[in-house]
Amino acid sequence: MLNFPRWKVITICLLSFLGILMAVPNFLSDEQLANYPDFLPDHQLTLGLDLQGGVHLLWEVDLTEVEKEKLESRRGDIRDAFRKEKIVLRSSIRNKAIHINLTDKSQTEKALEVIGDTVEMLGESLTNSGVADIEYEVAGDGIIVVRLTQEGLVIRGNDVITQSIEVIRRRIDGMGTTEPTIQKQGDGRILVQVPGLSDPQKLKDLVGKTAKLTFQLVNAAVGVGDRVPPGYERFPMAENERRSGLPESIVVSKRKILTGENLKKAGLGYDQNNQPAVSFTFDRIGGKKFADVTRKNINRQFAIILDNVIISAPNIQTAILSGSGIITGNFTVESASELGLLLQAGALPARLTVVEERTVGPDLGADNIEAGKIAAIIGLAAVMVYIVLSYGMFGMVANFALMINIGMIFGLLSMLGATLTMPGVAGIVLTVGMAVDANVLIFERIREEFRGGKKALAALDTGFEKAFSTIVDANVTTFIAAIILFQFGSGPIKGFAVTLAIGIATSMFTAVSLSRMIISFWAIRKRPTTLKI
Amino acid sequence: MLLKLVPTNTNIRFIDFRKMAYVLSLVMIVSSFGLYFTKGLNYGIDFEGGIMIEIGTEGPANITRIRAAMKSLNMGDVKVQEFGASNDVLIRLEHQEGLTVDQVVEKVREVLPGAIDGEISYRRTETVGSTVSSELISDGILAVLYAMGAVLIYIWLRFEWQFGMGAVIALIHDVILTIGMFSFTGMEFNLSTIAAILTIVGYSLNDTVVVYDRIRENLRKFRKKPMTELLNLSINDTLSRTVMTSVTTLIALASLFFLGGEGIHGFAAAMIWGIFVGTYSSIFIAAPMLLWVELQRENDTSPTPGMEVLPPKKKRA
Repeated sequence: MLNFPRWKVITICLLSFLGILMAVPNFLSDEQLANYPDFLPDHQLTLGLDLQGGVHLLWEVDLTEVEKEKLESRRGDIRDAFRKEKIVLRSSIRNKAIHINLTDKSQTEKALEVIGDTVEMLGESLTNSGVADIEYEVAGDGIIVVRLTQEGLVIRGNDVITQSIEVIRRRIDGMGTTEPTIQKQGDGRILVQVPGLSDPQKLKDLVGKTAKLTFQLVNAAVGVGDRVPPGYERFPMAENERRSGLPESIVVSKRKILTGENLKKAGLGYDQNNQPAVSFTFDRIGGKKFADVTRKNINRQFAIILDNVIISAPNIQTAILSGSGIITGNFTVESASELGLLLQAGALPARLTVVEERTVGPDLGADNIEAGKIAAIIGLAAVMVYIVLSYGMFGMVANFALMINIGMIFGLLSMLGATLTMPGVAGIVLTVGMAVDANVLIFERIREEFRGGKKALAALDTGFEKAFSTIVDANVTTFIAAIILFQFGSGPIKGFAVTLAIGIATSMFTAVSLSRMIISFWAIRKRPTTLKI
Repeated sequence: MLLKLVPTNTNIRFIDFRKMAYVLSLVMIVSSFGLYFTKGLNYGIDFEGGIMIEIGTEGPANITRIRAAMKSLNMGDVKVQEFGASNDVLIRLEHQEGLTVDQVVEKVREVLPGAIDGEISYRRTETVGSTVSSELISDGILAVLYAMGAVLIYIWLRFEWQFGMGAVIALIHDVILTIGMFSFTGMEFNLSTIAAILTIVGYSLNDTVVVYDRIRENLRKFRKKPMTELLNLSINDTLSRTVMTSVTTLIALASLFFLGGEGIHGFAAAMIWGIFVGTYSSIFIAAPMLLWVELQRENDTSPTPGMEVLPPKKKRA
């Protein structure tokens, strides 16, 4: 078995070469990389936040709020449908269900039919008939209970998360930072990682604001202490507006003239006094509606409400036909552009709260890299010296395989686009220690066979062969552990598992193929009669 | 002249020490449990929730002054400790009722300049909510359990069920002792610790499988040898390799422990302990446990050249 067929030699050399080639870009500067030939791989390892500094935020999407809003709107739909069919009812929302009390119990059949007509199918596609968003049953004489279906809620929840991710991405992109990670995590969580950022507050302000914008007409007849009449609601006035003499709160009509969804563009603008303001442009439909409302309500006040706070309550002086306007209200350049960005990116469909936050300062990241580098180099050197001392020439072969091995780990990690974290560095250092194991198993076996009376070549041959099954068993078990770690672990555990798994794969390859090939070539050329091992 | 830590042809009667090893392991396991239930573990915020702030100072920090400043905030149990260097301080707080994390951090930032001379750099802030932390715990425990289950099945398939049992018992032994070590030293128990425990599981298995592999081979070779002798022979056969691999891994880990920075300290420490425990358990727990169960020794009938050749026996009932 010392003879290697040519195709095997070529494959082994090619694989080793490719592995190293993929690792090369990591050791080049940006400048060198720019001049790097196109046909060569140029993926670099992404450094984790712990190594380059940055902010990591895990947000939880408030899905109960979504459910509540949905129930409320379904109740409205059903009431409207009933009104059309002249069915009189009383309804209420209790225990996450709409309870409907029919005044005329004989209308139950018809009522069920009407409710049935309002059912929406969610997640419909060509191959999938979708799931109903509500389910309903008669719960007594003239009483109907309507509930949201569990499946429907799951679909809706996923939609909300996808939309939220989209909105967050637009907002962060507007910030102009590089390579943020925004992804769904588990059920109802969104992970946001922005490398290089050291101020989590700014990010939290930007991501966490719902930015729900509405335009509603003001009812100036109702004062601060008065009771709110039906069909109206009261909102507090923004702090800086209050300071400029406006009332603490204003009562507005519940009907929304327009919402943020009608906006086409928003950004920093200036008012006639050259004070910073938020300028906005409505889309076509919004512009038309805005023109209509302003024409009909000249000399009345409307309120611009952001996340349940009135940020501005201007008087309508003329009909605004252009479909654009500005929001004034004691803004600074910074706060106006931030609000513009928020409005431009759209509102979040649900409230988000931070459940996990990690910020690593850039100097700590640099320290970690430095320490990791030193530990890796010293560890590697020490292991190599020890191996040469123990196995002599064979040890040098093992060391060569080890170097190739490390190159391949870096290469594969870069190609996979994996993120290198501190636990990942630990994984690499550890594989260095363990990678040697496969070679140790082989060398010990050769030594044993040689001492057992076998001739040098035969000892080499049997040594490799017998060690092989042990190496496979030993590595597969560790590999299984690594895969499970990756599957069930989170965050740092995952990064560690990836490097460990790759390290096991490459160390098996280098020990079983590469060092075996080198030793075989040597043995065939030299025909040794004795082995110094 | 080549370096050899283990002399050639050792014949150490490892199996004779098994009773001692069992007693030692039992004592260690019981004390690990005792420590776990009395002293408990020093959970990091990954598992306990809370707020952690790491700051860097210009000169050596005065921990007592920082502690006093923190106490003035009335934020309950606050831990202040040096983190690796005298100008690196770790502050840990619980979540405060009625205050957001930002408000807490803000307050800390307000009082710290009074307790520290010169510039303060905020190296790291981490907060983990309580729902997330309990999920991280259950995920971590599940990962360990699943890994053990998968490994048990693999060894069962490749060897025999007796080997699988032995390997898993050795693993449980290693995991308990590692957790015990964390309780004893009061080192922080966090997500990287779970990664370390899983690596220990992997390493210890690796070791156990190598010894088992040799036992399986010798079972086929020497079909008349008494079990005790056969186990001793197998352990001695693989001893040189066991020591060699342990030493190389320990060298790499020692480098991590001493030079890898504070962030990786706990991980390296756990692993170093795990290498010792894992190697010990392969030799003194996993191997002798095979004496308790009867292993089939007749499944190989082909004589190995140069070895004692015996006529194939009938299968025992």
